[in-house]
Amino acid sequence: MDRLFDFSDYGALLGLVHNSLVAAALLGVVGGLVGVFVQVRDMQFAVHGISELSFAGAAAALLLGGSVALGSVLGSVLAAALIGGLGVRARDRNSVIGVLMPFGLGLGVLFLSLYEGRAANKFGLLTGQIVAVDTVRLGWLVGVSIVVLAGLAVVWRPLMFVSVDPEVAAARGLPAGVLSVVFTLLLGLAVSLAVQVVGALLVLSLLVTPAAAAFRVTASPVLAPLLSTLFAVVSAVGGILLALGGSIPISPFVTTISFAIYLVCRVVSARRRRTGWGSRVPDAQLTATPEPAR
Amino acid sequence: MTTSALSLRGAGIRFGDRVLWSGLDLELQPGEFLAVLGPNGAGKSTLLKAVLGQQPLSDGELLIDGQAPGRGSDRVGYVPQQKSMDAATPLRARDLVALGMDGHRWGLRRRTAEQRRRIDDALAAVGATGYADAPLGLLSGGEQQRVRIAQALATDPSLLLCDEPLLSLDLRHQRAVADMIDRRRHEHGTAVVFVTHEINPVLDLVDRVLYIAAGGHRIGPPAEVLTSETLSELYRTPVDVLNVRGRVVVVGTPDEPGGCTHHELTPEARPAAGAG
Repeated sequence: MDRLFDFSDYGALLGLVHNSLVAAALLGVVGGLVGVFVQVRDMQFAVHGISELSFAGAAAALLLGGSVALGSVLGSVLAAALIGGLGVRARDRNSVIGVLMPFGLGLGVLFLSLYEGRAANKFGLLTGQIVAVDTVRLGWLVGVSIVVLAGLAVVWRPLMFVSVDPEVAAARGLPAGVLSVVFTLLLGLAVSLAVQVVGALLVLSLLVTPAAAAFRVTASPVLAPLLSTLFAVVSAVGGILLALGGSIPISPFVTTISFAIYLVCRVVSARRRRTGWGSRVPDAQLTATPEPAR
Repeated sequence: MTTSALSLRGAGIRFGDRVLWSGLDLELQPGEFLAVLGPNGAGKSTLLKAVLGQQPLSDGELLIDGQAPGRGSDRVGYVPQQKSMDAATPLRARDLVALGMDGHRWGLRRRTAEQRRRIDDALAAVGATGYADAPLGLLSGGEQQRVRIAQALATDPSLLLCDEPLLSLDLRHQRAVADMIDRRRHEHGTAVVFVTHEINPVLDLVDRVLYIAAGGHRIGPPAEVLTSETLSELYRTPVDVLNVRGRVVVVGTPDEPGGCTHHELTPEARPAAGAG
């Protein structure tokens, strides 16, 4: 390998990865939106924990000759159910995750070492392998994505209420426990998608980084999810397009793009904080003028 | 006769053998301001939970506007303790108020012009128009608490429950927030139940006091309840109530080791009301 990039046959390659691009865009949308709640509910560690069990599920499926997609979904949902059911409070939750995560990873390593197929398959589960999403898998990804997006649309507002303002949400009669379990399950499904695309180790780059970046630059409840989605789609699709020209797997590209976006957002927010945010009128000015402008 | 905003008849709550309070009778009229006082663990917050429908009564009955309390009723507004919001919360002041109005509804819906107008009105009523579009996490404690009051009042409730709403606010903001609540009850007839450790910031606004302690409870005007005799009886130990420059100081309550003041004596006089 003497060249990192070779874009001479790019057009032909693009046709081959059509499915992968669709999968990546879809994952960007799901990851960007789920990430909003990962951020407000402080569940970054849960994302990582679920992804390790999803990896174990996928590795088991690979070993048994079953569907990797189904395996990763089962692993994720099992982990989400355990985390959602055993740890409603943040501290319990983190210890449950800390216990599950190494166990899942250990199981996954065991299954992979027993597997005697192609080595690329093994490595791909950890670090991403999107370059060959076949039509069957694409069907899975689309189906799971639709479930997650529909679920999010139904619970969006109450889930936001419970997450940022739990006392008042409880006073308004919202079931915090039910919403927590529902969200953890949706998160599990989203993680299983991401594991199949970017690999278990790098899931955070699509489920955490884009939303964290978006929250740096906006506090609008409409703009934040839109930006988060945009950042995740750009990272995932951009990663594939760049990876096509070389022999390096897609994950370093995806993680680098999403990290770069995050850095830019931090710089923007640092400047914004210095110069003041939005149309905020200081308190003193308010009391001085009885009728504030606008 | 008007319907009471809140009525408790022979109400009581016990956990096993432990009686928190019992035989509580209260008819809270529209526009009335009730302060709920008492040591930690006396059951003040449990009373709020009962009114919110989160804690069933062990005895007696509880009615809001003449009806049993449902979970999450529009008729009850709730202001929790001030707790600073995470700086990265993706909500602006107006979004918190909006959640108070429709955050309990499932599904995604666009808010109507009428709803947006009500949000603007609620923010204007607490003087928060200037930072309506600022991120919640960047507001000061006093500003956040104003927004919380706007949130609680956005559904135009007939009963406003406040759980230590002045805690951790400086004197100026304590006064502003108390005045805001006072104005609301006069203009809209909203009855107020105000749980607090510190009566002095609201002493001149309060119609009646409900004092709960180990020895039972008393309801009445502050001048009748906040006396050495009554509190000694409620605490079952000698307690002195002093009136110092229009402020009430309680000395010798058992939950304050060393006989420290229970209602803190704040050295400086209250500044003139700025916002009201």
